[in-house]
Amino acid sequence: MENRVIEEIKRLIPDPKRVMTDISDLYSYSYDASFGTYLPDIVVQPKSTEEIVRLVQLANQEKFPIYPRGQATGLSGGSLPVKGGLVLDLSKMNQTLIIDPDNLVAIVSPGVLTADIHKAAEQYGLMYPPDPSSSNVSTIGGNLAENSGGPKGLKYGVTKDYVIGLEVVTPEGKVIRTGGKTVKNVTGYDLTKLIVGSEGTLGIITEAILRLIPKPPATETAMVIFDDIVDSGRAISKILTSGILPSKLELMDQASIQAVEDYEPVGLPRDAEAILLVEVDGHPLAAKDEIEKVKAICIGLGAREVKIATTKEEREELWRARKLVSPAIVKIKPTKISEDATVPRSKIPEMFKRLKEIKEKYQLHLVIFGHAGDGNLHPNIITNKLDKEEMKRVEKAVEEIFRATIELGGTLSGEHGIGTMKAPFMEMELGEVGLVMMKRIKEAWDPNNILNPGKIFPEPGQKLVLSE
Amino acid sequence: MIPLTELQKELRYDLTNACVQCGYCLPVCPTYMTMERETQSPRGRINLVKMVAEGRIENISQIMEPLELCVGCRACETACPTGVQYGKIHEAAKNALAKHKKYSPTVKMIRNVLFKKVFPKQKVMVSLGNLIWLYQKSGLQKVLQKTQILDRFPNHLGEFERTLPPLPSIKERKMVGKHILPEQKPKLKVAFFQGCVMEGIYQRINRYTIELLKLAGVEVIIPKKQTCCGALHAHSGEHNQAIELAKQNIDVFSQLDVDYIVNNAGGCGAALVEYDHLLENDPDYKEKAKVFVSKVRDISQILVEAGNLPLQYPINETVTYQRSCHMTNVQKVKDEPLQLIQSIPGLKLVEMERPNMCCGSGGIYNLIHYEESMKILSLKMDTVIDTHATTIITTNPGCLIQMQKGILNEGLKGKVRAVHLVELLAESAGIE
Repeated sequence: MENRVIEEIKRLIPDPKRVMTDISDLYSYSYDASFGTYLPDIVVQPKSTEEIVRLVQLANQEKFPIYPRGQATGLSGGSLPVKGGLVLDLSKMNQTLIIDPDNLVAIVSPGVLTADIHKAAEQYGLMYPPDPSSSNVSTIGGNLAENSGGPKGLKYGVTKDYVIGLEVVTPEGKVIRTGGKTVKNVTGYDLTKLIVGSEGTLGIITEAILRLIPKPPATETAMVIFDDIVDSGRAISKILTSGILPSKLELMDQASIQAVEDYEPVGLPRDAEAILLVEVDGHPLAAKDEIEKVKAICIGLGAREVKIATTKEEREELWRARKLVSPAIVKIKPTKISEDATVPRSKIPEMFKRLKEIKEKYQLHLVIFGHAGDGNLHPNIITNKLDKEEMKRVEKAVEEIFRATIELGGTLSGEHGIGTMKAPFMEMELGEVGLVMMKRIKEAWDPNNILNPGKIFPEPGQKLVLSE
Repeated sequence: MIPLTELQKELRYDLTNACVQCGYCLPVCPTYMTMERETQSPRGRINLVKMVAEGRIENISQIMEPLELCVGCRACETACPTGVQYGKIHEAAKNALAKHKKYSPTVKMIRNVLFKKVFPKQKVMVSLGNLIWLYQKSGLQKVLQKTQILDRFPNHLGEFERTLPPLPSIKERKMVGKHILPEQKPKLKVAFFQGCVMEGIYQRINRYTIELLKLAGVEVIIPKKQTCCGALHAHSGEHNQAIELAKQNIDVFSQLDVDYIVNNAGGCGAALVEYDHLLENDPDYKEKAKVFVSKVRDISQILVEAGNLPLQYPINETVTYQRSCHMTNVQKVKDEPLQLIQSIPGLKLVEMERPNMCCGSGGIYNLIHYEESMKILSLKMDTVIDTHATTIITTNPGCLIQMQKGILNEGLKGKVRAVHLVELLAESAGIE
């Protein structure tokens, strides 16, 4: 970026604290929670829609890319400044967090933390259901751009299911509003849904109207232990077809169980092949009844043991095992490649089998723990990114996981997004024409290719590269 | 194995790779809160160290400012889902930087005097304490506080003068013996680690500590040749000095046949419990350090274990508890201070929001990075004020001074006091 342009940006944002060009600052905005280091030319922290409009207009005039970013907790590279240019750090644009209990909505700025929306809604006995595990850190702007999910996605859906209105700065620097405060709205194309999950390629969200629902008064949790992982897969299908919709249904495989026990023994059976954690919520009597039914189903399908928590402390203790998986597995090797390939629920047992084959074929440490109830399995490969030879095998294994997912009628990404990590595989899922139609949308909205270039759409010949 | 270069070894590049850059540390980092940029966050700092180790940033001095501005509270370690050893990475980077760094004359003066001449020498600390007593008693303090001379000290040193407690006289200092036996048969036998700031400035708190131990039925030995814990040295890139001090303390305390080695300063305790890390590459001291560490306890742990403290005088006040980061995040002592606070009759504990957030004291951070420290303190004081407490309880001298500074900054002098937990317990036990 030319000095002249840098100076012009500094003139547009006259607060030197919010415009960064020092080398230490540029490197601090060169990464996210995925892979790769890409140095931007400048980092700006806008505080208002007007400031963003001015920056986007300048970018169109001077033809430099803009990379919108929240707190960079993304796992697919959505915020990485792969072509340099300007990183737009929206995490400090957090001035608005209004709960409107009469309309059951929240109005938020993009930099508001997701967990703060949860807290604010609870004050009114309401709930904002999407709960990505990074919600204490992630901004709602990032959640909207990536259409984040979370364990509760099983019952309550994901981010897009709760967005009914947006204020957006277009790629050419105009401001539009989509949707509004009404639950029903069929006026014209649904631009709200188009923007949500567009990964910052079609616009910069500057305000959102989110739908809230009444918070369920009761929760019940059960831990189910299986000798055979395929049985656990059957139990998942049976629970889901028996008239019960759990709020969470999480799985830990044997590798995760053993890693947890090695790391911090909590008394899990090391010889079990799978543990399911099932949570139901709703009216207290209904929740009690449903968790007993879950127990009966699991026992009927060969579960070794079912523990139902009776107090809040017991519930937390059951979930603690699941929370320990992440710290436990990185003790084995430091690098964790977390995939979120997702299959139709009926294919869960088949997917377990395919993953086992891939693990053996490439001799890798692969563990499965995740939101099994919605088919969003989270196979994690535990490796060391400094080990170049092993990383080559990892790249091949990841590609094969994607292939298996698509063959089983699933999708590349359930909740992490495409970003840079999955762009090379887009055509595999969408087909040539499908991808072209998406590209046409991008070209129509962003003729100068200003917003988040290098994402979603593969560059010619682009391959998955995990070793730098 | 993957070969590492010398620089990578020096910077503990191996440890930086445990960071998966998830960002879970961001919301608990006080400097990320006040400075509002990734560069001033744990994830940012670890990445910068990594960039230098990988040769992408060629000049290490380009990462100096963010590493210097870390207050060292280690809250990030408690939030980290993958157990990254931030403290070790930070210390290694500070060591590497210390080799390259040119300090301003004032900072150099502060570092030299404090690290080499004052802290390691208990006599100097006690003489300094006595000088301050004389300064306070002679009326010179009153005269100087009225003039503006104090305000002209470099790095706002003069402002901290106002946080000094009334110091004990030379006679009062001598009241403490070297071997204290309780009245009944001792339940426990401990050696007391005095700490240099504690013995110099807060000797009264040390005396109360010993009196409380005696009341609780604990035999106390105070070894004479003990020295500074080395915490400030280690955090400031003076690695070799830290090691020398650690060895001296291990030598002195290892000779004693005691159940525990007790201290009452969160920061010192944190340094003492990490002696095994500090000396992990020293074949002569490695094992001795492990034994030493296994005996280190905070005063609150011993008082809870000994039990039956006669807390008979009610303290009818609303109090709040400002946790010492090093006690919570490094020593992992969390429950015992709360148990003791709640055992004081009459007292009402109101917890502040984000009770685990650092106060910005950070060893000598508040002297060297005054402006940044005061921003953190201001956030802290907002939450203190919301509790309507009239007493702020601390467990570390750095926090105590900082809280007193906060009280002055907010114009609460005379309305709110800051004390060490030991002082409050002594008050309730009727120790004069």
